[in-house]
Amino acid sequence: MGDKTAAVTMKNITKKFGSVVGNEKVCLDIYKGEILALLGENGSGKTTLMNMLSGIYFPDEGQIYINGKETVIRSPKDAYELGIGMVHQHFKLVDVLSAAENIVLGLKGRLNLKEASKKIRNICQKYGFEVDLDQKVYNMSVSQKQTVEIVKVLYRGADILILDEPTAVLTPQETEKLFAVLRNMRDDGKAIVIITHKMHEVESLSDRVAVLRRGCFIGDMMTKDTNAVEMTNMMVGHKVSLNITRTEPVNPQKRLEVKGLTVRNEEGILKLQDVSFTARSGEILGIAGISGCGQKELLEAIAGLQPTEAGQITYIEDDGTREELLGKDPRAIQEMGVALSFVPEDRLGMGLVGDMDLTANMMLRSFQNGHSMFTDRRSPRHLAEKVVNELDVVTPGISTPVRRLSGGNVQKVLVGREIASAPTVLMTAYAVRGLDINSSYTIYNLINEQKKKGVAVIFVGEDLDVLLELCDRIMVLCGGQVSGIVDGRTADKNTVGMMMTHIGGNADDEQ
Amino acid sequence: MNSKKQEPSFYLVKRDALPWHKALGIRIAAIVAAMVVCAVVTTVLTGINPIQVYVSIFLGAFGTARKTWITFQNVAILLLISLALTPAFRMHFWNIGGEGQVLVGGLASAACMICLADKIPNALVILLMIVCSLGAGAIWGLIPAFFKAKWNTNETLSTLMMNYIATQLVAFFTIVWEVPKGSGKIGIINQNSSIGWLPQIAGSKYLLSILIAAAITVLLYIYLVYSKQGYEIAVVGESERTARYVGIKVEKVIIRTMLISGGICGLVGLLLVGGINHTVTTTIANGQGFTAVMVSWMAKFNPITMVFTSFLIIFLNRGASEISTTFGLNQSFADILTGIILFFIIGCEFFISYKINFRKKAGKGENN
Repeated sequence: MGDKTAAVTMKNITKKFGSVVGNEKVCLDIYKGEILALLGENGSGKTTLMNMLSGIYFPDEGQIYINGKETVIRSPKDAYELGIGMVHQHFKLVDVLSAAENIVLGLKGRLNLKEASKKIRNICQKYGFEVDLDQKVYNMSVSQKQTVEIVKVLYRGADILILDEPTAVLTPQETEKLFAVLRNMRDDGKAIVIITHKMHEVESLSDRVAVLRRGCFIGDMMTKDTNAVEMTNMMVGHKVSLNITRTEPVNPQKRLEVKGLTVRNEEGILKLQDVSFTARSGEILGIAGISGCGQKELLEAIAGLQPTEAGQITYIEDDGTREELLGKDPRAIQEMGVALSFVPEDRLGMGLVGDMDLTANMMLRSFQNGHSMFTDRRSPRHLAEKVVNELDVVTPGISTPVRRLSGGNVQKVLVGREIASAPTVLMTAYAVRGLDINSSYTIYNLINEQKKKGVAVIFVGEDLDVLLELCDRIMVLCGGQVSGIVDGRTADKNTVGMMMTHIGGNADDEQ
Repeated sequence: MNSKKQEPSFYLVKRDALPWHKALGIRIAAIVAAMVVCAVVTTVLTGINPIQVYVSIFLGAFGTARKTWITFQNVAILLLISLALTPAFRMHFWNIGGEGQVLVGGLASAACMICLADKIPNALVILLMIVCSLGAGAIWGLIPAFFKAKWNTNETLSTLMMNYIATQLVAFFTIVWEVPKGSGKIGIINQNSSIGWLPQIAGSKYLLSILIAAAITVLLYIYLVYSKQGYEIAVVGESERTARYVGIKVEKVIIRTMLISGGICGLVGLLLVGGINHTVTTTIANGQGFTAVMVSWMAKFNPITMVFTSFLIIFLNRGASEISTTFGLNQSFADILTGIILFFIIGCEFFISYKINFRKKAGKGENN
């Protein structure tokens, strides 16, 4: 690593939000021609640090040197002028404009789309992007949108590229394509920083890793000299085990039977078509699919939140009594005595109320019980205390609004509440999205415990490695249809990946 | 080193929850600052000694026993309208139709007084007035709520439009019931028989509204903070999707809450017509349906705090009209002072939520 030149040097960067430390005296070098993976738990200050580089925040203390020169970055515009570009987790594109229009949007000077298109094509060719420049953004898949975002940044002449969890929403095939492009860019001498929680991606893509913990820089090392366990230990600060234990299902019984479920959304678009499957007690049924393939509609239909067009959702009790859930609202399902718990994808927008404290959020599920006109606050308060203690929720207290908690802790509160009602069916949607590795394993363990208690778990996930490690069976959705149901112990990643994009995939080892 | 761009010299930090005494300190400081600015403005523009002006403001509100009673009665009315809007606001349903809801409530009372005067006993008239005014206000609240619940129409527009309908209805019935014919106003209703006049309490004609306002303040506080329905209102307000997710029937909550909101406004109409003015005009609500929006917001939708915010507004209002008469200034000058004071009071909320940090000059000694 002789002739590495630093594109960015950050010295003693400190950023505080009130009394909360975002970053504390962080020193970090980013080199040209290298892919740096930035690792850390949720709330460890990775995104904060990168936001200071891209001009969204301004550091309280410390200096930033770009190509050896001390610089002040006051706004995203300054950052662009210095050749720093960031691709955020949430895309910032205009839906009704085409790819090319989005790429040139906001630039100064006369608009010459033809010339711009030529320049964009050159960039695409150079690094191996595939973009249809005239395609409107609303017609694009997530991965296409992401490509547009990256090209947009490159078009502005970025030499330093920051990607915040770019693979969270991609299929394995799309991820591979993205990685190939990133490697091309690295070989062209660009400096690339990637923020991710997925260890195997760090190992396969990055040249160097830097670890942050609680806002402080812990250390950096060459990727080839380290391994997932060491990196995780550095992130967390103590030893953790990275194994998901998968026990054999004990005495599985049919619990939830879905037959011919068809759902149209408000715009009349078919989101689920003739979906049939059975969830069994004491078993984890994984659901895989590219995002937007009907996972959300499926879970919401079962929970009684999504109007359906056709089909049956039957709940089967231990003694064989069958009860139809279709067409009932969540309250009605609860009153039937069906203990259905649902951890939705949108935690603060659906599962919890962000501005309410922990106690009030615990009340959401139980406040309607009893005949009194007034709410009972005592038992939710006990429950909140119990969840905080048992799941190690980091919070100033139970009267803190949940919005103030970090992502992992928010999820612990939500999952804690949902399993507190002793469910017989537990549905989770992207239960670990945005969570760091430590919190993720806490959630996996909680789900496994529920399985051991005989709960029928339906686990919608996006990380195929995890689905294959955790689930007993995996149902793959493709465009709202069941592409197949595979055994979690024998299926391999590529087969499932293929099934996600083609109905039936290559292999059809249905149970 | 010699970068052209300057570092920003200050930046804003969002505060954690401020302890209540510090927040109160900031608010008091804001009022003091407002008084100082008002004093300067007064001296510069009119040459009058500001101390005299302040004394006069105080006397305007509390100069005589009668003035004091009227001040408290006005506080009670404004407070009641603000309380009425509050459940809707907590649900993030922006009911700016308080004006219209008060008017129809008043109109319903007046209708009972005029049409039933000699037909049934007085007690029954009053009972019917209560039922009709509450009902009319509730219906005026129900209509926008229904459309919001069914088709998600914009409640700000529909409640606002309902105000105009109410005003025109009152204007129409003023002509129908005008006394004497051609005068264009209804005049005091049942002046001789006093039928339908709400009873005086302990010989005071002001006390009734004040007691009702006090009772509703406490009841509404309990309802919003401790009842299941109050909790539902809060959940629907913060996130409709969460509400649906836990099985709250959002449509039902919207409609129920607006019935309460409109109903209390109707009650104010009853007090204004049956208890205070004994007549109905299109300006009987006097814009307080809108002032109440501000009162409710300034109190952060807390019924108890609302007692203070509505008092502050009425105090300023009555003081302001006093100085315009005492010093021969026109009403506009009083409005300027009120505006300055409100600006400071509302503006200080910024300093309660945010802190301004000044940047220390960055040490540049470290580079080589």
